[in-house]
Amino acid sequence: MRAGPALEVDRLLDDPRTRIIVCCGSGGVGKTTTAAALGLRAAERGRHVVVLTVDPARRLAQSMGLSSLDNTPRPVPGAAGEAAGGSLHAMMLDMKRTFDEIVEAHSDPDRAAQILANPFYQSLSSSFAGTQEYMAMEKLGQLRRADEWDLIVVDTPPSRSALDFLDAPQRLGRFLDGRLIRLLSAPTKAGGRAYLKFMTAGFTMVTGVITKIIGVQMLRDVQTFIAAFDTMFGGFRERAEDTYRLLQAPGTAFLVIATPEPDALREASYFVDRLASDQMPLAGLIINRVHRSPAAHLSAARSLAAAEVLQPVPGSGDGPLDLAENGYSKENGLSHPVAGSPEPGGKPAVAATTSRHPLTATALRLHAERMQLAERERRLEESFSAAHPVIPIAEVLAQPEDVHDLDGLRSVGKELARGVRLS
Amino acid sequence: MWWPAGDSLLRVRPRDTDWEGVRLHVVTGKGGTGKTTVAGALAIALAAGGRRVLLMEVEGRQGIARLFDSPPLPYGERRVAVAPATPTLPGGEVYALAADPEAALLEYLEMFYNLRHAGTALTRLGVVDFATTIAPGLRDVLLTGKAVEATRRRSGGRLYYDAVVMDAPPTGRIGSYLNVATEISGLAKVGPIRGHADTVQSVIKSPQTAVHFVTVLEEMPVQETLDGVAELRGLAQGGLQLGGIMINMVRPVDLTEDQLLAAADGTLDQHELDTGLKAAGLEDRDGLAASLAAELTEHAREELAQRAQRTRLAAAGQPCYDLPLITDQMDLAGLYRLAAALREQGAA
Repeated sequence: MRAGPALEVDRLLDDPRTRIIVCCGSGGVGKTTTAAALGLRAAERGRHVVVLTVDPARRLAQSMGLSSLDNTPRPVPGAAGEAAGGSLHAMMLDMKRTFDEIVEAHSDPDRAAQILANPFYQSLSSSFAGTQEYMAMEKLGQLRRADEWDLIVVDTPPSRSALDFLDAPQRLGRFLDGRLIRLLSAPTKAGGRAYLKFMTAGFTMVTGVITKIIGVQMLRDVQTFIAAFDTMFGGFRERAEDTYRLLQAPGTAFLVIATPEPDALREASYFVDRLASDQMPLAGLIINRVHRSPAAHLSAARSLAAAEVLQPVPGSGDGPLDLAENGYSKENGLSHPVAGSPEPGGKPAVAATTSRHPLTATALRLHAERMQLAERERRLEESFSAAHPVIPIAEVLAQPEDVHDLDGLRSVGKELARGVRLS
Repeated sequence: MWWPAGDSLLRVRPRDTDWEGVRLHVVTGKGGTGKTTVAGALAIALAAGGRRVLLMEVEGRQGIARLFDSPPLPYGERRVAVAPATPTLPGGEVYALAADPEAALLEYLEMFYNLRHAGTALTRLGVVDFATTIAPGLRDVLLTGKAVEATRRRSGGRLYYDAVVMDAPPTGRIGSYLNVATEISGLAKVGPIRGHADTVQSVIKSPQTAVHFVTVLEEMPVQETLDGVAELRGLAQGGLQLGGIMINMVRPVDLTEDQLLAAADGTLDQHELDTGLKAAGLEDRDGLAASLAAELTEHAREELAQRAQRTRLAAAGQPCYDLPLITDQMDLAGLYRLAAALREQGAA
């Protein structure tokens, strides 16, 4: 089976028409690192880049050597963009601050103060499931309009599913513009009275139940909030629709991030389908933490067989070895082999000789494990490509250590840009 | 279990199971660490010995159904697995529930106000959605409330479930998720939901409940675990009990200490590999010995990096449990292996 085409990362980063790159995927696949690595690489290739992260864990801050990120883009120290005429900024979304700014920008100071002090608003702006996504989109729109950067790289919120990112903003918009919120706000509006008479029975029932559930105080908070927020309703849905359109625009490129594991690739697959049905421009799939072997010509089976020759597994039928008697112990396991090596290529004649290569046996077993892992990963990737044959793919090898500095990000960027499929 | 003691990691087993008396096990962890898998293994481990355990998920992902390879779970408790019987212990049963806030709210309305009928109409109008939307704490209190209800449920004079395992939201959200009474108090100062929240809180913040963290030995998940432990420790004054740290996907170390250090430095004796390969009858084609040495180096560096993470985890001062890496596709056999590992180490 043929694997998908290779994703040409540098071509994407260098193309001045690429204005927004959205990194999405399920949790724990390395979205933040990928976004940071792409941003750094683009900056060092001459783009003016801002990386927007929405992850509260300050992960980007850590990997970019910044102690804190607030709601303002800050230059990343040590990013060598100047040489190429580029620059790199990074920022972390403060969703409450962003929400407050919208309120302040769209109402007079008195009313804004009233809204900001409302307990219901405070809950909505800090913990509503979807506020984070909405505000990420809002911020993206703001950065795009500011036009100070020619490339924005966005790391999407760590939602339970990659799809939340697309749905949540509209959900918040729908909620704020919804009929129930209108129904509840009806008594506070002049024109609502007549409508209310019509609805009295239903209305009483609804408010009655809501009161039972959340308490009368909270219902009152909600109604006060709605009254104060009135002028801004409608605007919310509109804004959500605006950013949605921005995402569909030709300057936007989606990169779906995954790891070669069943759950992550299944999620990636859903997301790819969803982007297609929403006419969102998908640039490709990035698979992080891929395992390959530099000695791929030695198969797992042959490697295991060879390890067995050197160090029979106890109880495997070759007879148990008395390791101590053969001069092997943990202390001298590393020592040079002593005289008595078997003839090259020949099957070792006696156990006493073969047990002297424990390191090689271990190396062969580890190699076999890695070959099996690589094979499993390849099969998973192949089944992804079979379902999505035209999606370009870039692979990043698993790193023995975590990435937490710019050099680490640079080498990830280099791998991303290698432009050929591994294997 | 190993209790971290200074720099050396002591392996001790102070008693048969470390969480005696805990009936509600809350399992959290960063995305990608195998939280659902570990929750499933813990449920199986707890069920051993003829016990009945409920495994509950709260995020609407149908992760349990996938784990046990069963069709999507309805809002209802359904048996998904049996714990294997051993010569000394009879088997047990694991039930699963995919909890959903809407259904939980309707159940709550019915239980307290006999409002089932109205509830259906309210769902259509979006009231349930509205109520759980405007008060995120409400959503959480309904879900934790369901777990508490199952934990306390009685049937025929005895407790219906011996234990409940909750596959909880990820580490980033766990503090506010469990601190429902406080979260909701900002919203519903009085009212029935407040009373309900207080009841839920009293069970969660009692010795009957413990919060376990799942992590892998990588920097970010370990950081999130430490942050989560610190956050919950802040809530511990209120009685919240921190549980164990389940270290998932632990690989066996195949190298001696000397070999490990040499391999990590890249100073392994390649001659040793050369002769070893010859002895095994493999010719050194395309620099095979060098490639294997490179693989050993990566393996050793990974192992040393993991050790550093282990030391950081030790600082949390919670008991730790190692779960072996299952290299094959996770299936029931893999879950049983993890469950056995948890039992051997005293987690269940």
